[in-house]
Amino acid sequence: MQQLIEFLSFSDPNARVVTIGTVFIGMSAAMVGSFAFLRKRSLIGDAIAHAILPGIALSFMVTQSKSPVILMTGALISGWLAMLLIEGISKNSKLKPDTSIGLVLSVFFGIGILLLTHIQHSGAGNQAGLDQFLFGKAASMTFDDLKAYLAVAALLLLVLFLFYKEFKLLAFNPEFAEISGLPVKNLRFVLSSITVLAIATGIQSVGVVLMAALLITPAAAARSWTESLFTMLILAGLAGAASGLVGSYISYTAPNMPTGPWIVMSLSFIALISILFAPKKGLLPKLRRQSENRKKIISENLLKALYHLREKKLISDGWVTRDQVGKTREFASDEMSLALKILSKRFFIITDKQNIRLTEKGLTEARRVVRLHRLWEMYLTERMRLKADHIHPNAETIEHIITPEIEEQLIAELGFPEVDPHESPIPYSKE
Amino acid sequence: MWQGRENEQIMEMNTEQELPALEVHNLTASYNRKPVLWDVDFKLPAGQLIGIVGPNGSGKTTLLRNIMGLMKPDSGYVNLFGKKLDDVREQVSYVPQRETVDWDFPANVMEVVEMGRYRKSNLFRRISTKDKNIAKQALERVNMLEHANRQISQLSGGQQQRVFIARSLAQQADLYLMDEPFVGVDAATEESILNLLSEMKNEGKTVVIVHHDLQTAYEYFDHIVLLNTRLVASGPKDEVFTSNLLQEAYGGRLTVLSRIGDLLAKEQFPVREKEFKEKEGPGDAAAH
Repeated sequence: MQQLIEFLSFSDPNARVVTIGTVFIGMSAAMVGSFAFLRKRSLIGDAIAHAILPGIALSFMVTQSKSPVILMTGALISGWLAMLLIEGISKNSKLKPDTSIGLVLSVFFGIGILLLTHIQHSGAGNQAGLDQFLFGKAASMTFDDLKAYLAVAALLLLVLFLFYKEFKLLAFNPEFAEISGLPVKNLRFVLSSITVLAIATGIQSVGVVLMAALLITPAAAARSWTESLFTMLILAGLAGAASGLVGSYISYTAPNMPTGPWIVMSLSFIALISILFAPKKGLLPKLRRQSENRKKIISENLLKALYHLREKKLISDGWVTRDQVGKTREFASDEMSLALKILSKRFFIITDKQNIRLTEKGLTEARRVVRLHRLWEMYLTERMRLKADHIHPNAETIEHIITPEIEEQLIAELGFPEVDPHESPIPYSKE
Repeated sequence: MWQGRENEQIMEMNTEQELPALEVHNLTASYNRKPVLWDVDFKLPAGQLIGIVGPNGSGKTTLLRNIMGLMKPDSGYVNLFGKKLDDVREQVSYVPQRETVDWDFPANVMEVVEMGRYRKSNLFRRISTKDKNIAKQALERVNMLEHANRQISQLSGGQQQRVFIARSLAQQADLYLMDEPFVGVDAATEESILNLLSEMKNEGKTVVIVHHDLQTAYEYFDHIVLLNTRLVASGPKDEVFTSNLLQEAYGGRLTVLSRIGDLLAKEQFPVREKEFKEKEGPGDAAAH
């Protein structure tokens, strides 16, 4: 707790630099990466991140300087080269894009590792820290580094803001952008450039190996929550920023913990939560919907069974036993109990240990379900020319999903039939 | 030299009649060296509903892509209202097949129709109220205004098609090119599109529609271009809809033509006019 307050009060200047840096790098990378995600270029982002390594190594070998501006220029050049190579290979050879991405990624990364090894063994005094480009070097960020990264982050956000609507069209339907007379080539160049730039700065905090996560994961998480591009960008930016905050906090409290991997871990956590719990698109809401459907089906089936007993005049005083219901229709024992619970909660039945009685409200509901079943059977024989002995299983499902509007249409189309194909009466209102 | 040819054309046309809305001149286009269109050459009158009709794989979409500059022809050229595409961009609009985009994109109907108002002139800027109103009117014309705020991922096929047409209407062009707008749409959409087409014709617009269904082509269009890799016929529908010509378009490929096409692809042989000329280059120089 003490540490958290200390961290949040920004009293430690080093922690301050690291935190602000990772937050803004994370935010801008996430927002730029959203477009790579929507253009289905997630893997290209990964390849470019790896391909940046030889650029950094070479620019250090040539200048012997570790200034962020110089290293980033080298990174930009090799990132760009990699992107052009990927596009060129896919266009001019029979190789598919995934193959050319894989090729470029491994070749560039291999060269990068070779050069780094060479630098480390060459004994130059100030090479320390270059290898941190592999997994990020957020913790050793200086104030000068921070200024450079903030400038880049501001530039990226500005470009996104200016070209927001054009990038939207470019991601959705690039050919339409072209026929509208928009300068598509230049727009693509700008979008690709800010992607490479975002990657080149992003590797400062998470390193080349984990960079794709910083670019793509926030977008994937944000997409689960919204159907609006603008909201998606904001959410992705927030996720990127939050992960930067968490990552630098953890490495502040536990100095042996690397910042980059923790940033990626917290991002993955956010993505996992989003994929599981987001309304509509989430996995859990989907499961809940399925369980609700199941409950609806078994309770409506129980209502039908009660109605059938009543129809066959097996009920004298309104009460039936569970055994009688079980003989009319097979229920798994837990299903029966669940259905009884749901129905009595809605006042469709009154239960008394072993005995069950339909209420007036329950009877109306039961009639509705039986009516839908028989109407649908009618429709299947009349309109789809199915034989009477083939229709029951289908109607067992469809009866649960027919809406009042469709019911009305069914009745009208079939001309108010009185009995179903099995000659059972169709119950419209009170008998 | 191209310029000269173009001027000649314009003079010719001016003396004869008004400019054709679209002129396709000796167009040859290929994918990976295999020609999909061979020396296709026709002119289309303005203010009519025109169908480009042919069997599957006959090069209809390729023709549209060449007209819209999305693909470079190997040889030949396209003129729109007597000019190059770049000079008349804003007079021409295009409705691609709806499967060409991912409808799971995070956007609503209105946003997509507003894309019809994106221009070079409003780069950097937000869309204006005037542009928004134009988009709304376009949506109204395809009976989709009530769905303006709906997510595009929730649209039916027919609704997707109408959104694409509305986006194109929002461009307020004079010539519209539509790629198979009737494929996979419901009856309501088909009717809505047909009504719209006759309205557009009354407003003097030219609409060119790629269509593969012979049954309905005669009913929908005034002028028909029959295509099957090469041009079979182009003219008023009554002249084109003869059993001979239809048989020619739908009766299968010309075997020699497709064998030569296969050979060109196999040998990676250039069909570009320019490349031929480059090869003739030294010979020409010697002659002079």
